[in-house]
Amino acid sequence: MKEVNLTCISCPLGCQITVRMNGDRIVSVTGNSCPRGEAYARQEVTTPMRVIATSVKVEGGSLPLVSVKTDKPIPKRLIPELMGLVKTLSVSAPVRIGQVLVDDVLDTGANLVATRRVGAERTDPGTRT
Amino acid sequence: MKSYRTDVLVIGGGAAGLAAASAAAEAGRETILIEREDSPGGVLEQCIHPGFGVHRYREELTGPEFAARLVEELDASGAEVLTGRSVLAIDPKTRAVETVGPEGVRTIRPKAVVFATGARERPFGALRIPGPRPVGIFTAGLAQKLVNLHNLLPGRRALILGSGDIGLIMARRLHLEGVEVVGVLELKPFPGGLMRNVVQCLDDYEIPLHLSHTVIAVHGTKRLTGVTAARVDETGRPITGTAREFAVDTLILSVGLIPEAELIGRFVGLDPINRGPCVDSRWRTRAPWLFAAGNSVAVFDLVDTVAAAGESAGRFAARFAENDIPEVRKIPISRGENVLHLVPTEIDPGVPTLIHLRVPRPMQRAQVRIGEGIVSRRLIGVRPAEMVEVEVPVEAAEELAKLADVKVEVVEE
Repeated sequence: MKEVNLTCISCPLGCQITVRMNGDRIVSVTGNSCPRGEAYARQEVTTPMRVIATSVKVEGGSLPLVSVKTDKPIPKRLIPELMGLVKTLSVSAPVRIGQVLVDDVLDTGANLVATRRVGAERTDPGTRT
Repeated sequence: MKSYRTDVLVIGGGAAGLAAASAAAEAGRETILIEREDSPGGVLEQCIHPGFGVHRYREELTGPEFAARLVEELDASGAEVLTGRSVLAIDPKTRAVETVGPEGVRTIRPKAVVFATGARERPFGALRIPGPRPVGIFTAGLAQKLVNLHNLLPGRRALILGSGDIGLIMARRLHLEGVEVVGVLELKPFPGGLMRNVVQCLDDYEIPLHLSHTVIAVHGTKRLTGVTAARVDETGRPITGTAREFAVDTLILSVGLIPEAELIGRFVGLDPINRGPCVDSRWRTRAPWLFAAGNSVAVFDLVDTVAAAGESAGRFAARFAENDIPEVRKIPISRGENVLHLVPTEIDPGVPTLIHLRVPRPMQRAQVRIGEGIVSRRLIGVRPAEMVEVEVPVEAAEELAKLADVKVEVVEE
């Protein structure tokens, strides 16, 4: 039997929840003050999910990076793998907000999408004074 | 020197200013927004994490997405935007606003102004930590800008001082980018940021949080080589014999934000705790034509609240520009027990008032009481990181007006 201690983030109260587990089976959830706390705790001890926000390199853009996010939460255990993948990516400017950079990233069902616009770099030397 | 006239001038293109300019222009007033950076958006541009917009847009957005929505609203409103332009001075007598930008010096003569300049980070120098001044000490917002906008890492091994939300967010961000984050120190016995951020930024990545700790010395001649930290007592003083060394090349500071209000402080008066101008229920300062909103008034918890404040200030500034705000006797309100930040500081009984306040320490159960309980609200699980909002309807304001002294207090139960 093992115990997992969690701080509930469903509301500002921050209940300290204890989940007692027998292997993968949840035996009891205690310490929560409401059903949302129990649902949160059950999700956290089985498959915790997170939306990940980071940035991707831009080629020929007015900025060197474009901010990106997973458009759905992905399993927390895949975060290191996702960060490894993101390091290898680059995208050509211009980038639209909402543009899908990786479809179904790591087979999670989530897409990696741009969260801002990045225009093309201004390279016309004729306009320099 | 060229000069422009306009109905409403909004200073600052962050969340408060963008919302203010849209609201003023939508109300039919000629509106100019000036922004010192090359594009509007303010600090939202570098806050690439999600968590914004749940109140305003009923969905969770990242900072740049939230800013893009505000800019879209602004474009639709017809307000004019001047970027790359800063304010040098505001003349309280003539309302002339001196500005400088790529085209030179320009004077703008508005009927009403919305001041929405945001806040600045409290710097290392303000901490009075003795020792050398090596490279490697960054405020959290600067580190965030370097990492998220400029593709630069501040260092390889970092310690974070201060567990405010920006500190927590940067702990996660640096960890994800491969920086070894050895811990977060917090002077207070409780975390400064939202519980959600403590869990998702520190616990998720097993980054230790050392409560009741602070930095007492920094080491290194050119580059930072280490930091000495110590446990502190209830008054925040370091306890002898508790010093410990952290071998780090980077120290990130998340030690508070200060409203940027120097331009107007000398003629409107600043609240000593909010550190921004005193405002009333319409976000009006003591200069009748000058409105202020967002983090330049007091540091708020949510950008949604800041945008709502800007919208409200913009609408009232537009009405002032039309000579449509009656002069009424305002009700000053003062702080009773357990109240730190308090906005507004004066109630205008002509409109409903939304009071925003911060408590100094976490409380499980408490009650906000305004004017001996004429208005009250029960609170469950209130923390300094999260502001408390209480509505004061017009009828209640009329009752409050009869009292000699209106206090706002939070009573622990």
